[in-house]
Amino acid sequence: MSTMTLEETKALIQEVLEAYPDKARKDRAKHLAANDQSVEQSKKCIISNRKSQPGVMTIRGCAYAGSKGVVWGPIKDMVHISHGPVGCGAYSRAGRRNYYTGHTGVNTFGTMNFTSDFQEKDIVFGGDKKLEKLIDEIEQLFPLVKGVSVQSECPIGLIGDDIEAVAKKKTKEHGKPVVPVRCEGFRGVSQSLGHHIANDAIRDHVLGNRDDDEGFETSPYDVAIIGDYNIGGDAWSSRILLEEMGLRVVAQWSGDGTLPEMELTPKVKLNLIHCYRSMNYISRYMEERYGIPWMEYNFFGPTKIAESLRKIAAFFDETIQANAERVIAKYRTEYEAVIAKYRPRLEGKKVMLYVGGLRPRHVIGAYEDLGMEVVGTGYEFAHNDDYDRTIQEMGNATLLYDDVTGYEFEAFVKRVKPDLIGSGIKEKYIFQKMGVPFRQMHSWDYSGPYHGYDGFAIFARDMDMTVNNPCWNSMQAPWLKPTAVETEAIAASA
Amino acid sequence: MATRQCAIYGKGGIGKSTTTQNLVAGLAELGKRVMIVGCDPKADSTRLILHSKAQETIMQMAADAGSVEDLELEDVLKVGFGDIKCVESGGPEPGVGCAGRGVITAINFLEEEGAYEEDLDFVFYDVLGDVVCGGFAMPIRENKAQEIYIVCSGEMMAMYAANNIAKGIVKYASSGGVRLAGLICNSRNTAREDELIMELARQLGTQMIHFVPRDNIVQRAEIRRMTVIEYDPKSGQADEYRTLAQKIIDNQMFVVPTPISMDALEDLLMEFGVLEEEDESIVGKTAADEAVA
Repeated sequence: MSTMTLEETKALIQEVLEAYPDKARKDRAKHLAANDQSVEQSKKCIISNRKSQPGVMTIRGCAYAGSKGVVWGPIKDMVHISHGPVGCGAYSRAGRRNYYTGHTGVNTFGTMNFTSDFQEKDIVFGGDKKLEKLIDEIEQLFPLVKGVSVQSECPIGLIGDDIEAVAKKKTKEHGKPVVPVRCEGFRGVSQSLGHHIANDAIRDHVLGNRDDDEGFETSPYDVAIIGDYNIGGDAWSSRILLEEMGLRVVAQWSGDGTLPEMELTPKVKLNLIHCYRSMNYISRYMEERYGIPWMEYNFFGPTKIAESLRKIAAFFDETIQANAERVIAKYRTEYEAVIAKYRPRLEGKKVMLYVGGLRPRHVIGAYEDLGMEVVGTGYEFAHNDDYDRTIQEMGNATLLYDDVTGYEFEAFVKRVKPDLIGSGIKEKYIFQKMGVPFRQMHSWDYSGPYHGYDGFAIFARDMDMTVNNPCWNSMQAPWLKPTAVETEAIAASA
Repeated sequence: MATRQCAIYGKGGIGKSTTTQNLVAGLAELGKRVMIVGCDPKADSTRLILHSKAQETIMQMAADAGSVEDLELEDVLKVGFGDIKCVESGGPEPGVGCAGRGVITAINFLEEEGAYEEDLDFVFYDVLGDVVCGGFAMPIRENKAQEIYIVCSGEMMAMYAANNIAKGIVKYASSGGVRLAGLICNSRNTAREDELIMELARQLGTQMIHFVPRDNIVQRAEIRRMTVIEYDPKSGQADEYRTLAQKIIDNQMFVVPTPISMDALEDLLMEFGVLEEEDESIVGKTAADEAVA
């Protein structure tokens, strides 16, 4: 239950909307709602995946960010070319903390930045020849590279470069996939279209590569992890749980992932989707094309982990089901100790979230395991199927905000006064300066992993050290604090 | 006298480059200091002045040198007949890259290098036939060309194009100082061509500044990569270009054009017999249909 009533939440939304001119107010009103669990379809209360209003300081990214930054970037044995001017690649390099194993620059390339570094002349004369040369150089300098993806920046679409023709030619010449991705930043309203475009490129250039190859020995327990980007090692702390219950993880998409793993994914028995928003497309396609079922799961916090392990096990035989129980039992002492240690320090603390397309609903359970309450949540680039899944996770009368604006987020925080905010780097310093404890929930604030039982222990520790950090008692400069005499005087007059 | 900057627009193939170079030669002969800026990837705006096939372009040199910042003004500026200064912006071959960006880059370069600060009486921009994107409108943006001349003829498509260009000028005229300065009729020997273009000019709110008659001597001079004024200065055609040059020097009529509707344009064409009265009953009928009927 929120500490605010439904009427109070609705009144707060109205009050915040007052600041806008008519047209903007009308638009933004559709993106803000007080949660009502009785609503079955979110479209009745909130609108999402629409163009942001000019001037509102949206927190969103672009299609290139969705493709290069999220979906393709973490595939470690490929080189991902940021095709266009240098900035897009430079500023998206290694910022997401997708951990991987391997020798960078030899057989893995995750933290390196490859760019065609467009100059004026490349715009005017076209960049196809430069791209060809770049791909040849990559093949020469990094012979162990498994493939190349071409991540289009805005100008590529504007000048009409034919990257598909270059990719086709170079795929043939080098005998390795060269994948053209049309993720120009101006396409769509947020990162979300970039995810979709990236999924489509995987469909067209990767998935079918081993259709006629029966050489891979399958097992009845083959699964793939889809939509885990291994941020701070998330996929690793997830994978061990699946393996401990007797499943074989054939592929990780795309954190610490490889091209051969992706090519083998059509051979698995079940696709396990963590980030539904960014990879539901490819999962649906594999279901259609290869008949592979998929299910969503949630590895944040022991309650959701146990729920998910049981749900996954139900797809398999009794051995796996028994194994799932054994895994849960094995970690019980561990996670109960974590809860026993941190829950008393965090009990009743209020949290507001604003993240990308999954975590605004997926981490709620982990906070609840620690006795905390999420009183407001929202997504940068969710669609309505995400909000459908959110309504049930959130308490009645809590705040929902889609594509929140800088002003709205600040206004809500001032009134709701949460004990913790979980959002991104652009929000972090504003709220810290307002004196509100803050965790960066895109990159785990240089910590992690947060997935799995191992991750939960780190998650709990991080939330505690943020919320209960002594610095929050020192928000006022010593010389501005009332003196002992003044304090007494105030007390006496009261 | 301040430099007058003029842009020449018109339908593709109408004779913009030929007319521009011939009239500029006329201006030079009258003692004016002139520069031609070719704004067409084909780079054929200066060949008659320089006696060359195609001048090396700013964009090509920039690509060879690395970037446009590596160039100096004297690298790109060539001087030809009558001390006319010539530059070509250049651009990609058809089907690749962005020609519009090439024009923008080249003109910015000229400006930064101070090409316009020299003692010039006139700058002429010879622009690609159709204004397909912002790049080709670059010459008529703020602080660039103030006068626009449209080359046209009595043919239907040339007049359509002229009217469309007038629409484009209205947009830039409202935000800046650019004005339509007149139509130059480059005759194709159609019937009552001069009257037709004068009437079109009247309706657009401008003038037909000159009627350039058709003469094969223009082609003969072109084969020799020369303007008529240089090839045969005593010819009647050379005098025509001299007259045009003098009229441009004396021109005072700079207007915000009043482009006309398609209907009005078609009425005009019908009045002069260029277009026949539309017969609605034949629309969509194939030759076979008509044979049956």
